[in-house]
Amino acid sequence: MKQRGEGNKGRQLQQNKAVTLYKRSKKDAIKRFLFGSKDKEGIGKQTVVYVLLFSIGFVYLYPLLYMISKSFMSVDDLLDTSINWLPSTLYVANYENAAKAMDFWNTLKDSIIVAGVPTLINMFVCAVIGYGFARYDFRGKKLMMGILLFSFVLPPQITMMPTYVLYSDIGILNSLKAFIIPAILGQGLKSQLYILVYYQFFKQVPKALIEAAKIDGAGHLKAFFKIALPSAAPAILVVFLFSIVWYWNEAYLTQLYVVGAFAGTDSFNTLVVALKTFEDSYNSAASVANSQMININESIKMAATMLSILPLLLMYLVLQRNFVESIDRTGITGE
Amino acid sequence: MRQKSEPNKKYRPGRLQAREDRVGYLFVAPWMLGAIIFVIYPLFQSFVFALNKIKMTPKGRISTFVGMKNFTNIWAEDPDFVTKLMTYLAETILAIPVIVVFALMIAMLLNGKIKCRGFFRLIFFLPVIIASGPVMNQLTDQGAATIPVMDATMIEQLLDQYLPHFLAEPIGSVFSNFVMLLWYSGVQILLFLAALQKIDASLYEAAKIDGGSGWECFWKITLPTIKPMILLNAIYTVVFMSNNEQNDIINLIYTTMFSVDGGYGYASAMAWMYSIIELFMIGVVTLIIAGRKDEYEKNIKRHKKQMRKQARLQRKLERRRVRHETKRRREQRKAITTK
Repeated sequence: MKQRGEGNKGRQLQQNKAVTLYKRSKKDAIKRFLFGSKDKEGIGKQTVVYVLLFSIGFVYLYPLLYMISKSFMSVDDLLDTSINWLPSTLYVANYENAAKAMDFWNTLKDSIIVAGVPTLINMFVCAVIGYGFARYDFRGKKLMMGILLFSFVLPPQITMMPTYVLYSDIGILNSLKAFIIPAILGQGLKSQLYILVYYQFFKQVPKALIEAAKIDGAGHLKAFFKIALPSAAPAILVVFLFSIVWYWNEAYLTQLYVVGAFAGTDSFNTLVVALKTFEDSYNSAASVANSQMININESIKMAATMLSILPLLLMYLVLQRNFVESIDRTGITGE
Repeated sequence: MRQKSEPNKKYRPGRLQAREDRVGYLFVAPWMLGAIIFVIYPLFQSFVFALNKIKMTPKGRISTFVGMKNFTNIWAEDPDFVTKLMTYLAETILAIPVIVVFALMIAMLLNGKIKCRGFFRLIFFLPVIIASGPVMNQLTDQGAATIPVMDATMIEQLLDQYLPHFLAEPIGSVFSNFVMLLWYSGVQILLFLAALQKIDASLYEAAKIDGGSGWECFWKITLPTIKPMILLNAIYTVVFMSNNEQNDIINLIYTTMFSVDGGYGYASAMAWMYSIIELFMIGVVTLIIAGRKDEYEKNIKRHKKQMRKQARLQRKLERRRVRHETKRRREQRKAITTK
C-alpha cells in the first residue's frame, strides 16, 4: 500500500518534470526562433538586421532619389504641393536646358581628358615609386616614407599659393600641364595614397620570384616590367578607379590650375566645375537664347547635378564588383 | 656561434646588397624631385609669403616684409577666421565619433550572414563616387541632406533650449547634415569591412566554447583586433573633413587669396595656422586612440621587466661567485706555495 503510493507519487513527479521540461523547451524554441542560438541566427534578429540595413540604405540613397525625382519635374509640378515624389509627366526639358547651359558634350570630353590623362600617368609613375620603396632598402628610406605620409596629411591649401605662383612663373597655369607635371613627379592628386597601395602590394610579391628572374639574367628594370608589374593587376585597377574618381570630382584645384579662376572661353571646363558655376552660365546662356529657355529653378539645377555625376555613376555600376573587391586584394588596409 | 643564432638582431647587408639597394634611388628619384619641388619648397615659400604683405600689380608681385603681423592680424582683427575655425573644430570633433561608430556598425552588419551583401555594399560605397564638392553644395542647398523623417529644425530648437549655444549649434548641424555625414563614411566602411573579414574565425569559436556571448566577443575580440583600423579611420576622417570643399575655412582661404585686402601673404598665414591646427588635431586623435595601452600588453611588459631584473640579479650573483672562486683558489695556491 505504502509502496504503491510512493510509486504513484514518483510517477507523478516524473510526469510533472516532463511537463515542465516540455514547456521550457517550447519556450526555448520560441526564444531560439527569435533571437537565435549560438550557432544559428534567429528570425527575429535577422529581421532587425535587415530592417536596419534597408532603412540605412534608404537614407543613403535618399539624396540621389530626391535628385532624380526633382530633376524630372516641370515648373507646375514644383509649385503643386500635392506632388511630392512622382512627377506627373517625365519632363525632359530640364535636362535639355541644363545640357545646353553646360555645353554638355564638349565639357564631357574635357572632363574625360582632365581626369584620364593624369590618371594614366599616376597608374604608371606611382607603380615605379611604390616598387622602389617596397623592393629596395636604401638609406634614408624611413625619412622619405615619413615625408610621404606627412604630405598626405598636409592640407593642400598651405602649398597652394606658392605652387600657383610657380606654375604661373614657368607658364603651365591654365593648361592641362598643371596636372600632368606633378603627376609625373609622383605628386598628383592623392598620389601618396596610390604609392602606398602599390607599396603594400609589392611587399607581398615574394622576393624569390624576383631573385629567380635575376638569376635568369633579368636586370632591375626587366624584373620590374616583366615580373612585378604584370602581377600587380588588382593594385593597378584600384589606382585607376580611385584616381579617375578623385580627379573627376576635384573642382577646387581644377578650377584654380587648369580651368583658371577667371575662365576663358577656349580653356578646359570639366563637368564638376561647370556645375560649380552653373547658375551664372545658365543665366548667360538663357539671355542669349532669349525666351526659349525658362528661368532657372531647382529642377534644372538637379538635372545639371545629375548630368555631372552620370558618367561616374555608369562606370561604377559596370565596374562595382572590381571596385569593392580589389580593395580587399591589394591590402590597402595594411597588415 | 652566437651571432649565427640571432640573425635578425643586427642585420647588416653586405656590400653587394648595398650596391643593389642603391638602385632604389633610381626608382624613387621622380618622387624625390617632386617632393622637393611640390612639397618642401612650397612649404618654405609659403612661410616666406606669410611673413610678407604681397600686392599683385600688372608689373608683378610686390612684397613688403611685415614680420609676424599677418599671424597676429588673423587672431586679433579677423572675425571671420576665428569663428569659422571654431565651428570647424566643433563639427569635426563631433563628426569623428559619429562617422567611425556608424561605419563600424554598418561594417558589422554587412559582415554577418546576410543575403545580397553585394547590393548593400554597392549602396554604401556609392557616395564615394559621387560626393564631390559642387554636388554636395547643390544637395545641401536643396535641403536633401537631412533625414526625411526627422524634423531637423525642431531638433535644433530643442537643443537650443537645453544646451548652451556653442554646444547646440554644432550638434544641431550634425543632425541637419546627417545624411552628408553618412555619405562621408563610405571609405571607412570598406576599411572596417576588410579588417573584420581578416579576423580569424577560430577566435570566435574558441570564445563561444568558453561561453562568451556575442556582446563579450565584440568587446574582447573584435574591438582590440581592429583597433589600428579605428585609428586609421579617425585620421582619415579628420583629413577628409579638413580638406573638403564643403569646409568654410578652405573657401575662405581661396577667396582671401584673390581678394584685394587679403592677398597671398595673408592667405598663406591663414593656411599655416589652419595646417598647424589640423596636425595638432590628428596628434590628439592619435594619442586618444593609440595612447592607451592594452591591459594585456601592460602585463606582458611588466612581466618582461621583471624577467630582465631577475636575469640581471642572476648575472650579478654569478659574477660574485666567480670572483669568490678565483679569490679562494688564489689563496689556496698561495697557501700551497708558502708551504
